[in-house]
Amino acid sequence: MADLRKLLGMLGPYRRDLVLACLLIIVETSFELIIPTMMASLIDIGVANGDVGYMLHKGGQMALCAILALATGLAYARFAARAAYGWGAGIREAEYSSLQNYAFSNIDKYETSSLVTRMTSDVTVMQNTINNGLRPLVRAPVMLILGIVFSFSMNAQLALVFIILTPILGFVLFSIVRRVAPMYSILQKTVDGLNSVVEENLRAIRTVKAFVRGTFEEEKFDEVNDGLRSTATKTNATAVLNMPVFQTVMYFCVVCIMFFGGSMILLGRLQVGELTGFLSYVMQVLNSMMMLSNVFLLLTRSLASASRIAAVLDEEPALKERKDPVMEVASSDVVFDHVSFKYSQDAKEETLEDITLTMPAGSTIGILGGTGSGKSSLVQLIDRLYDVDKGAVRIGGVDVRDYSLSVLRDAVGMVLQKNLLFSGSVRDNLRWGAEEASDDEIWAACGIAGAAEFLRRFPQGLDTELGQGGVNVSGGQKQRLCIARALLKKPRILIFDDSTSAVDTATEKEIRDSLKKLEGVTKIFIAQRISSVMEAQRIFILDNGRLVDSGTHDELLRTSRIYQEIYESQIKGGSL
Amino acid sequence: MPRIVSAKKPQRLGYTVRRLLGYMGRHKFSLLAVALLVILSVACNLLGTYMISPVIDGLVDGGGMASLVKGVALTALIYIIGVLAALGYSQIMARSSQQIVYDIRADLFNHMQDLPLSYFDSHQHGDVMSYYTNDVDTISDALNNSFAAVVKNGFQILGTMSMLIILNWRLSLIVAVSYTFMFLYVRFSAGRSKSYYKRQQASLGALDGYIQEMVAGQKVIKVFNHEKANLEGFRKLNSELQAMGGAAQAYASTMIPAVVSISFLTYTIVSLCGGFMALGGLTTLGALASYLVFVRQAAAPINQFTQQSNFLLSSLAGAERIFMLIDRKKEVDEGTVRLETTSHGWVWRDGDAIIPLKGDVRFDDVSFSYVEDHPVLKHVTLYAKPGQKIAFVGSTGAGKTTITNLINRFYDVDSGRILFDGIDVRRIRKDDLRRSLGMVLQDTHLFTATIRENIRYGRLDASDSQVEEAARIANADSFIRRLPNGYDTMVVADGANLSSGQRQLLAIARAAVANPPVLILDEATSNIDTRTEDLIERGMDSLMEGRTVFVIAHRLSTVRNADAIMVLEHGQIVERGDHDDLMSQRGRYYKLYTGMFELS
Repeated sequence: MADLRKLLGMLGPYRRDLVLACLLIIVETSFELIIPTMMASLIDIGVANGDVGYMLHKGGQMALCAILALATGLAYARFAARAAYGWGAGIREAEYSSLQNYAFSNIDKYETSSLVTRMTSDVTVMQNTINNGLRPLVRAPVMLILGIVFSFSMNAQLALVFIILTPILGFVLFSIVRRVAPMYSILQKTVDGLNSVVEENLRAIRTVKAFVRGTFEEEKFDEVNDGLRSTATKTNATAVLNMPVFQTVMYFCVVCIMFFGGSMILLGRLQVGELTGFLSYVMQVLNSMMMLSNVFLLLTRSLASASRIAAVLDEEPALKERKDPVMEVASSDVVFDHVSFKYSQDAKEETLEDITLTMPAGSTIGILGGTGSGKSSLVQLIDRLYDVDKGAVRIGGVDVRDYSLSVLRDAVGMVLQKNLLFSGSVRDNLRWGAEEASDDEIWAACGIAGAAEFLRRFPQGLDTELGQGGVNVSGGQKQRLCIARALLKKPRILIFDDSTSAVDTATEKEIRDSLKKLEGVTKIFIAQRISSVMEAQRIFILDNGRLVDSGTHDELLRTSRIYQEIYESQIKGGSL
Repeated sequence: MPRIVSAKKPQRLGYTVRRLLGYMGRHKFSLLAVALLVILSVACNLLGTYMISPVIDGLVDGGGMASLVKGVALTALIYIIGVLAALGYSQIMARSSQQIVYDIRADLFNHMQDLPLSYFDSHQHGDVMSYYTNDVDTISDALNNSFAAVVKNGFQILGTMSMLIILNWRLSLIVAVSYTFMFLYVRFSAGRSKSYYKRQQASLGALDGYIQEMVAGQKVIKVFNHEKANLEGFRKLNSELQAMGGAAQAYASTMIPAVVSISFLTYTIVSLCGGFMALGGLTTLGALASYLVFVRQAAAPINQFTQQSNFLLSSLAGAERIFMLIDRKKEVDEGTVRLETTSHGWVWRDGDAIIPLKGDVRFDDVSFSYVEDHPVLKHVTLYAKPGQKIAFVGSTGAGKTTITNLINRFYDVDSGRILFDGIDVRRIRKDDLRRSLGMVLQDTHLFTATIRENIRYGRLDASDSQVEEAARIANADSFIRRLPNGYDTMVVADGANLSSGQRQLLAIARAAVANPPVLILDEATSNIDTRTEDLIERGMDSLMEGRTVFVIAHRLSTVRNADAIMVLEHGQIVERGDHDDLMSQRGRYYKLYTGMFELS
């Protein structure tokens, strides 16, 4: 409930629309209750006395009420829709903004598909709560209260019957709702599971087809699909119990009133007409309770969604900025001071252990090491994609945690190993580096990155559209575009995390040669090939999360056993 | 990116409904039972309520306590039957509706497996996911809530209508005209809101895709400080969704108030006309009063009916999208040649002819383009004899990967032909063709399962020891054994807990366990560090032994050992020959080779 309240607090400017919609429903409901009384006088007075004038007068009043009800109804539709969709859009935006502030330790808690459902389906559920729930939620109490008032004024003694039964009905309906509530969150988890199977299949569709595993995938899907069916069936079968339960109580109530009312008539303490009238009010009261219970069922379902949304909103970002952050990166030297790091607190081994090293401003640095030696983790600490556990990383003598995040990340350009381009044109993608970049600047950066040559061959040049993940360019082209994107940022520190692995050697050398011209920029190369780092001022060799050797190419050739091994194997095997 | 373009007119409404009914038809008997029980429950409800007046009339006519008890007991019995019927149909419906949704989901997924790769190239994952997350969901909701309600209210409307006609046919003419108006309005606003609903579902899909892309690209976003700009992009899609959804709902929400108001107007007109008829002696006051009660009662089921059609509408928009996908053309497979295993090894069976699988592959003047007028391969002719290793060398984008994609028919050639053991690959059943080809793709995709299961993906009936043997060949065995649970370690989130080198080792092990006669290796070693690479070299060599191998080469040793090297440039083979030939030609290959040599 707290989650729902929190989300309702996000109505913002649409609060007005929601309130108006509620008021309009009340007005409409009152018209609905007034019209039958007008009809009664039209017949009881007008027709009974043969007074045509009175009949036309009352008829006109009724028609007016009906038209007013139409007007209020149409206005309600407009306001309610505005409120619901405005609210939904607000929630989605709030979720998205809070996602943007997440650190990776936050994101790692959720599956991608789960984050997507939390921003789409869950919000749709909330919207539908207003679309379908608001009208009965407002109408039901109005009808309930009026019904109780009327029936008490009619016969207080008889009214006692359903005064006793109503709380029982309320209790039973409530306990069904309470049983169903946790089932809905299990259901949602099952849905997430199914979605992630689909997503995995989509991502790996080439593998599936290459290995002819269509049938296997279908069986896998069938398993989760079947699981979802049985969970959904169980949940719904429980939820729909509320209808027969309601009918039981309602009919019991009617039968009791028939019996007691009948006895009272036998004793001469009640008129027949009164009993019929009374029963119609009983129906009205119980019906409105049924309406309420349906609304609560709807709410229960939306509560599950609300709490899933609230979890996204309430997630505490693990990376925080200092209150008065340093706003300028004075120098581009990087120092690791006894740095240790692991991805998860539960991990047994540290990913990086007690690393101390210095990268002087404007130097070219090489980092070598085997698969899983911690090279990528090391550089991701520089622009705070993750925070160190022990020790400190300093740029220009200032702990990276003391910088404003945007200042820090503006100063550091990084070409990631697992890099991505986004849907949109090449120009849109490259402008991520510099929003205002002119085409000349973009072409210049592409020239350095070795991307200009193939871009010119694209008929649409910079306007070439890229699909999700950049599927229509090859791996090497993608890497070069990513380099150009990072260059456009004009960073003080440039990190290349094995980012030319898919580029052929000749092009790679061209890129490296043109990068040499960037003066004052600290360039850090993570590489597999010695040829990529041999010209560096300093080469660091990582093994199993530790810094084992460092020095220039010549020094390492003389002193480092690992370096010699790698050198031997590459000269012998060569790599194209 | 192609998007589902919303039709202005819901012209496929009828078709969509028929398709949906087709799914429901599989549960004829359950749904028939639901309908009968609904009718029984409605009848009991009406009858029970009708009982009130004879019971009470009996009291007035002098019946005593005994007749009261009898009447009340009878009413109670009718009600109990009604409750049991309601219990029955709601429980059956809860089960059937999930079964129907299960069938739809299964058809959707199974059909998706048969779509050609070009579909996945041109549709965002988010768009496709939206079928499952949004569209199926709305159908499920509609079935859960609306089917029984439609039957129930339809029956109630019918019942009330017949009562009205029996009571006073003249007044019923007025009622009939008014009902016609109601239905016309419902149809109008339904059509309007449906086209918006469809657009709403489409923008929901777009938003879905955007979020997915952004979640996947979080690292890049942070590295580039791009949060604000992305928020703008998100806002654009978000407000589009808001506008479409708001418009759809605004139309849909007018239905109930409109129907209610029309029913009040009818009520007014009937009261007046009835009043005049009473004055003219055409009806009695009592009859008019009870007639009006029925007119008023008629409004409630019509109301419900429209409300439920509201739900159904949004689900129909979703259903239409789903059926459009299911109706999409499957990957063409006109092949008839099958792969069979005999005592002599694998053979192709072409009708009665049996052709031994040797691994002889020819490209005969093959041209291909992904997009019309942008040829990727131009008149490529090449010949791989059984057991030969063919290496493709060339700059990125030269068409190396495309060649391998054509061999296993991920795509079909535009002109020319590819022969496999002398058979045009288009004549071979796709599944069999692909089964005969082992692939190590550029990107390794792993599934949420154990390491063992992921390797076994190459051959489902491989025993544990065969899986481990394959891992040993790929030299993946040693790193797997060092994982916390060895072969039983779970791979999560597409292998996020493994390094890219380890992922590729697994891909190689996967190909090894499949043990195919022809191997296609696509840049398999690009991300593996030199020491690991050194380790797998021997394993790869033994894997390649005796097989025809197409390899997109990055390692010089592979190229040196290759029987033929094809140097590709701009979709054409510019040089071919073995290492020594090509070196002496001093052409493109020589430049690539020396460029490398100079570097190391």
